[in-house]
Amino acid sequence: MAATLYDKIWHEHVVREYDDGSVLLYVDRHLLHEVTSPQAFEGLRLAGRRVRRPDLVLATVDHNVPTRHRDSVSDPVAAEQIAALQRNAKEYGIRYLGLSHPEQGIVHVVGPELGFTLPGTTIVCGDSHTSTHGAFGALAFGIGTSEVEHVLATQTIRIRKSQTFRVRFVGRLPAGVTAKDMILYFIGLVGPAGGTGFVLEFCGDPIRALSMEERMTVCNMSIEAGARAGLIAPDKVTFDYIAADDRPFAPRGRALHEAISRWEKLVSDYDAQFDREMELNIASLEPQVTWGTSPGMVTGISGKVPEPEEVEHFSADDVAKSLTYARLKPGQKMVDIPIDVVFLGSCTNGRLTDLRIAAEILKGKKISPHVRMIVVPGSERIRRHAEQMGLDKIFREAGAEWRHAGCSMCLAMNEDRLDPGQRCASTTNRNFESRQGHDSITHLVSPATAAASAIAGHLSDPREYFT
Amino acid sequence: MQPFVKCRGKLAVLYRANIDTDQIIPKQFLKSVARTGYGENLFFEWRYDASGRPDPSFVLNRPEYDKATILVAGNNFGCGSSREHAVWALMQFGFRAVVAPWKEESPGKRIPAFADIFRSNSTRNGLLTIELTTDEVQWLVSQDRKYGPLEATVDLVSQTITVQGTPRETFHFEIPPDDKKMLLQGLDHIDTTLKDLGEIERFERKHNVQMPTADKSPGL
Ligand code: SF4
Repeated sequence: MAATLYDKIWHEHVVREYDDGSVLLYVDRHLLHEVTSPQAFEGLRLAGRRVRRPDLVLATVDHNVPTRHRDSVSDPVAAEQIAALQRNAKEYGIRYLGLSHPEQGIVHVVGPELGFTLPGTTIVCGDSHTSTHGAFGALAFGIGTSEVEHVLATQTIRIRKSQTFRVRFVGRLPAGVTAKDMILYFIGLVGPAGGTGFVLEFCGDPIRALSMEERMTVCNMSIEAGARAGLIAPDKVTFDYIAADDRPFAPRGRALHEAISRWEKLVSDYDAQFDREMELNIASLEPQVTWGTSPGMVTGISGKVPEPEEVEHFSADDVAKSLTYARLKPGQKMVDIPIDVVFLGSCTNGRLTDLRIAAEILKGKKISPHVRMIVVPGSERIRRHAEQMGLDKIFREAGAEWRHAGCSMCLAMNEDRLDPGQRCASTTNRNFESRQGHDSITHLVSPATAAASAIAGHLSDPREYFT
Repeated sequence: MQPFVKCRGKLAVLYRANIDTDQIIPKQFLKSVARTGYGENLFFEWRYDASGRPDPSFVLNRPEYDKATILVAGNNFGCGSSREHAVWALMQFGFRAVVAPWKEESPGKRIPAFADIFRSNSTRNGLLTIELTTDEVQWLVSQDRKYGPLEATVDLVSQTITVQGTPRETFHFEIPPDDKKMLLQGLDHIDTTLKDLGEIERFERKHNVQMPTADKSPGL
């Protein structure tokens, strides 16, 4: 019978089926970070259980860590949480990328970088953006802490099958418009819950044309459309990425060749049935920017703040509340909105290509004197590579701050945060109320738009830099 | 975990769509390594003003809604971050169930009431998520506006929520059978799964052959 890519990976991992409709699914890879794991380890300890397969687990610290320096964590509560993960990793024999480890970084950045993320595998993490890893054709999704404990104890997860939703992009992406704009556009079309209950499969020529880093940006934000997972079938781009020199967890030599011949079968059959399908033409897509407090509240950069009644997927009441929160008025042009801060980073857009595209725009220029810009690479490896390419110098000379790796101002758990009333053009994934700091305002944008906006001092169209 | 069979209590209405887990429990409270202590910071940004004083107009600060056990919210409740702390905060505040509407955006296109991960986290802690139709939830909201806090009984066995008083109204809700079983029995899933350890081990041997790289022990 014709099968989707999701069906194929699912089928490979079913340990047993239960008569209540759920299955026990085997987990190939388990990623941990400091915020959602301590209570899971505590649960294990109380029940006297062990970690069944510590060899399939990788832990890193990212959410809480300081990005200015690496010597100490000044917040004692955060320090305790980081220390707890270190202790737990040691006690249970789990690989741990601590604050001073050269491969430390955001969990969804380091997994792929190290070759831990591989096609056809099942990957879970106590983090909703685990969907990122779907860019490799892995079935990857976020779980809660109780499930983290279950996976640690059993290396399986009990779950029901999702429905499938094929998202086909067509047309050629215009210059200056990026993967981030593609996914924001999609979220605007289906709404913040349009993908709930589904696993998305992104396909079409524009997806094939994307690099692995860009594909990760697309899959990363599946969850912003409500979908727990997003998938892209692996191809030569994927295999070349995995075959690169410095991926210690990836197979090598003959094992890699054998793996690739298996991975090549990881595609949806041509006659496979999806529960929902959608086609998006991006030939005339413009850079996207959010104006509200949900990632689905999005428009083109040449657009305006909408009237409350005219926004699909949101009630007039909810839009009005968002606009009050964001201190915006219907009819305001997006490019007229001044900004105070630019944040470049996160598991959505903190990778080398993201930094490079922003640096190309900033090269030889200065950011607006009213704007503070913070650049936080997604991993220490990216930081090193960027420094080898001289990107850090470009950022510094433009007036931006260059930091160490972490989640930083994506969720503002460490000391990097906005002040009340401050407005930020941010390359992250969530513009929820107070996400980047109490009473702060977030506009989600691509790295190119972020850089152009930093120079202009207001939200700005990056396409002028690409002609 | 705490089983859920039946509960009777007051309804608190927070009728907004897309209430995300960042609102339910903001990040500054996620630094704790404990499972308790989240209740007092539930909806922190909405409950307290900038100086830390309770905002008297926010529903959970209004005395007539004190000790509410059922929260009524808008569509797509619990979206965003996977943080289970959101469920812990709701339960530690005193909520046993959350009611939200699913909606039909266009014929055949059903938008669920709750975000996937939130729903799964809730079930694993004994917090019942109740999906009603938009009309039913709007009826609850309008009754609340007219008469003040409503009282209701939720019965998981019969899958009903009954609003007390006049008019007395009973609504039926759907729930997947595995979730229902887990909630009714208050099952610890790990125990159940470990009974299948033999199957897991058998699977691992076979899985190794089929997908060697997936099971290869990675080493840094
Ligand atoms: S960068 Fe942001 S979205 Fe990504 S894992 Fe960190 S906090 Fe979550």
